[in-house]
Amino acid sequence: MGKTGIIFKRELAAYFSTPLAYVFIVIFLVMNGIFTFDLGGFFIRGQADLQPFFSFHPWLYLFMIPALAMGLWADERKSGTIELLMTLPIRLRDAVLGKFLAAWVLSGIALLLTFPIWITVNYLGSPDNGVILAAYIGSWLMAGGFLAIGSCMSALTRNAVIAFILTVSICFLFVSSGSPIVLNAFSGWAPQILLDAIATLSFLTHFDAINKGVLDIRDLLFFTAVITAWLLASAIVIEIKKAN
Amino acid sequence: MIEISHITRKFEHFTAVDDLSFTVAEGEVLGFLGPNGAGKSTTMKIITGFLAPSSGSVSIDGHDIASDPIAAKALIGYLPEGAPSYPDMSVLDFLEFIADIRGLTGAHKQQRIEKVIDDVELFSVCHQTIETLSKGFKRRVGLAQAILHDPKVLILDEPTDGLDPNQKHHVRNLIRNLAKDKIVIVSTHILEEVSAVCTRAIIINRGRIVADGAPAELEAQAPAEFMIETQAAPGRLEAFFRSVTEPGAK
Repeated sequence: MGKTGIIFKRELAAYFSTPLAYVFIVIFLVMNGIFTFDLGGFFIRGQADLQPFFSFHPWLYLFMIPALAMGLWADERKSGTIELLMTLPIRLRDAVLGKFLAAWVLSGIALLLTFPIWITVNYLGSPDNGVILAAYIGSWLMAGGFLAIGSCMSALTRNAVIAFILTVSICFLFVSSGSPIVLNAFSGWAPQILLDAIATLSFLTHFDAINKGVLDIRDLLFFTAVITAWLLASAIVIEIKKAN
Repeated sequence: MIEISHITRKFEHFTAVDDLSFTVAEGEVLGFLGPNGAGKSTTMKIITGFLAPSSGSVSIDGHDIASDPIAAKALIGYLPEGAPSYPDMSVLDFLEFIADIRGLTGAHKQQRIEKVIDDVELFSVCHQTIETLSKGFKRRVGLAQAILHDPKVLILDEPTDGLDPNQKHHVRNLIRNLAKDKIVIVSTHILEEVSAVCTRAIIINRGRIVADGAPAELEAQAPAEFMIETQAAPGRLEAFFRSVTEPGAK
């Protein structure tokens, strides 16, 4: 097992050694139920697909993923364990990746535990399970994007609550950058190419495409690039700020 | 051998470490002394590779801490200030984690873990989570992780802070026993500790070395006007310490 794996194992165990993992999973499942059946009109639509289930995921993640990510680095700084961790014979990327993967796997576990809804929709009709699989993959990738942003925000501060608020704010920008709320602020004065660039950064646009069953390599690459970029940013921030 | 050459560390408004150079050889137990804020912890953070110096270099047994950090860090056992550890983990899980990171495996790993638990007397709290431990036990957990891989270089930032007199005595014996053919750097405020365990003492003040020598040599240099209390050895070292670090000292 590599150093990344050892860090990953410790971090994942740490989630489950406190109530955090259980609280996260239970609330994630309950909220999913509320969104899908009440707001999404799962039954009323009369369609055998999971669109109402997945289409709320960006908004659900917006508040839940930052809670998972806020402690990643802020707690290490607050308790001083960052000094212990960074003087062990590991590379910074082992720590950044190991911590990120632990949080990502936890969000994946929560996502997998929504399987009853998949059983339900298969019992009620005959949905396109390929589309559902694509949407699950897309949803998990999107969770990774939120988490990578959270990792970087957590590295910026020793206060986990501040990390939470920063993460929600930045994630909100990324979710809504394709929507009029953000675009209206730029249209009129910014060149069209900038508007297009901002709209391209939207998690919503890319996730909706996957959710409709179009598993385009560009959407997958987008989330992979988002994760990579924010994890790199985390490493840089940690390197600069670890001693403050 | 540790070679520290011309390290300087500037923070925004002050210079914590100012052009510090010294070398420590195998078998030496170096007491690192100085008033609060003199730059002791900063120097230790630089030696262990946690902080990069603004200028200067540190080499651990030929491995430069900046260009070859993994090899250098593998040689070091470090107890940071305040002995931080993961509060949610049990003592045993924590030591297993450190052993894994240090690359210990199989029977050797189990044997080392048992050895350090025995050395710092952690057996009774092995399965407790670290957050439930007293300050003294937490300090000993920090010490246990530092000596777990039997490191060639041991750097301890105030290892006896928060321990009761019996535990202090025990930790001092432990350091003395470990010290054979190792390099040990210990920072402390307790000067009797220096006389008891160290073969050499460096006193720093405002980031600079103001004295460097065997504890007995430094004691002998204590100026008479600073000797107010006892004439015993620790008191003399204290007199010397004050003579070089108090405001207005030469």
